[in-house]
Amino acid sequence: MDMPDISVEAGGGRRARRPPFVQPSVIPGFGLTFGFTMAWLGLIVLLPLSALFLRTAGMSWHDFLEVGFSSRALRAYELSFGASLAAGAVNTVSGLIIAWVLVRYRFPGERLIGALIDLPFALPTAVAGIALTALYAQNGWIGGLLAPLGIKIAFTRAGVVVALIFIGLPFVVRSVEPVLADLGADVEEAAATLGATPLQTFRRVILPAIGPALLTGFALAFARGVGEYGSVIFIAGNMPYRSEIAPLLIVTQLEQFDYAGATAIASVMLVAAFVVLLFVNLLQRWTRKRGVA
Amino acid sequence: MTGALATSRTGRAALMALAFAFLGLFIVAPLVAVFAGALSQGIAAYGGALVEPDALSAIKLTLLVAAISVPLNVVFGLAASWAITKFDFPGKNLLITLIDLPFSVSPVVAGLIYVLLFGAQGWLGPWLEAHDVQIIFAVPGIVLATMFITFPFVARELIPLMEEQGRDDEEAAISLGASGWQTFRKVTLPNVRWALLYGVLLCNARAMGEFGAVSVVSGHIRGKTNTMPLHVEILYNEYSFAAAFAVASLLALLALATLALKSILEWRYGVHGKGHL
Repeated sequence: MDMPDISVEAGGGRRARRPPFVQPSVIPGFGLTFGFTMAWLGLIVLLPLSALFLRTAGMSWHDFLEVGFSSRALRAYELSFGASLAAGAVNTVSGLIIAWVLVRYRFPGERLIGALIDLPFALPTAVAGIALTALYAQNGWIGGLLAPLGIKIAFTRAGVVVALIFIGLPFVVRSVEPVLADLGADVEEAAATLGATPLQTFRRVILPAIGPALLTGFALAFARGVGEYGSVIFIAGNMPYRSEIAPLLIVTQLEQFDYAGATAIASVMLVAAFVVLLFVNLLQRWTRKRGVA
Repeated sequence: MTGALATSRTGRAALMALAFAFLGLFIVAPLVAVFAGALSQGIAAYGGALVEPDALSAIKLTLLVAAISVPLNVVFGLAASWAITKFDFPGKNLLITLIDLPFSVSPVVAGLIYVLLFGAQGWLGPWLEAHDVQIIFAVPGIVLATMFITFPFVARELIPLMEEQGRDDEEAAISLGASGWQTFRKVTLPNVRWALLYGVLLCNARAMGEFGAVSVVSGHIRGKTNTMPLHVEILYNEYSFAAAFAVASLLALLALATLALKSILEWRYGVHGKGHL
């Protein structure tokens, strides 16, 4: 029985039948597969996530601000977001160069290098973390070269950036590669024929075409960096107020049974992640529309 | 393909040098460091670190967690992609976004939400305690956190492909009298088998390698709730560097095998995976 009044007011005619939820099809199995999908999604993802939001909603504003935005938490956000921005910026430049080399140049071992780009996706983060720490510590291969110059990477904020560069690299390369391949070399040739310098061609022809893909790759790398834990905690030093990332602060609060603190910080990060996700979705929709026009 | 920018020889050499230097520094060097660290105390110490009881139980637990979470992920991925690509219903895009959601959640937050639900202080904590069921700091919690983290893997590889393949094959099979199950097994499954394998591969790599989420729910009980990545952390924090890198090298080999198989699927069978882990 849904809203009988409306059909009477609608002029006494036969009530328009509500369209079915699913379009009729000869293919069977909608109820089973859709039901299972929703149930599983609800159990594994939505129910646990709502636990976080309900916990947060149960806190007073005052408490939430006090623990979610304490000076220690603010410093941790600053580091997590700042280091992710820095690493994202480095990856935008180096990712573009690597994608360019992979798409435009033919060289031996090209496929091997193309496959290795995804290593940061496939290598467990803890393994990446201890390997980078070993390399960049003062007695490590790279850290040892930098030490005489007075540069310390491991156990400083710079170490966090190094770990996030590793984690974020494939996002930019993989976002830009297909667009660059689609663009083809002929537009560059056309620009050069018309008298453009290489720099002009890059700025006026190539950059506008790959801009959205570059920005998408940056945003994905940034989002991943903000939440990253495993690869960072080994190299960061983890000093409160100095080199402590936000995910680590959540773990620390949990270990001290400070559930309110952990929950508040987690919901701040979750909201930030959703904002980035929304931005990426809008960006991709906009790119697709522009591609059709 | 050579364009105007690409034909400049010095430009080409400079860009390639930059790209290789960066990859060498950030991709190859860490990989080499893992194996160098693993063998730093000699081959005997390497083998010893792998057959030590705590290491063995960590390997067993990692395999167990993957053996539970990957098949469930496959069943979910197939069901979700069947419902989404073979039928039209409102809210489809929202559903796809929700399936992708776990990708944008920090692993630590993924672990935390299960603690809030099942932990001693959580919603269901008291009830679970009364019925003597342990989820957090036990294997079920590790499996749940892993399933959350790997949730989108198979579905997101299958949905774009099945969308592209359309419904004609299935509709033809049904009108020729095949049952739904027969259609799925004899028509759909062969059409998507390589993409499915691709999804399974990435899902398995992430399931075996997950650290943050598992670390929050595991409680780090040696020989009981330590997976391989957690065992690496413990050894490393105890300054048993060679042993830590020895266990880490197994995970690095898993990553290399995953990349190799993934590349074969891309080159030989034309799978255009999303690739993101």
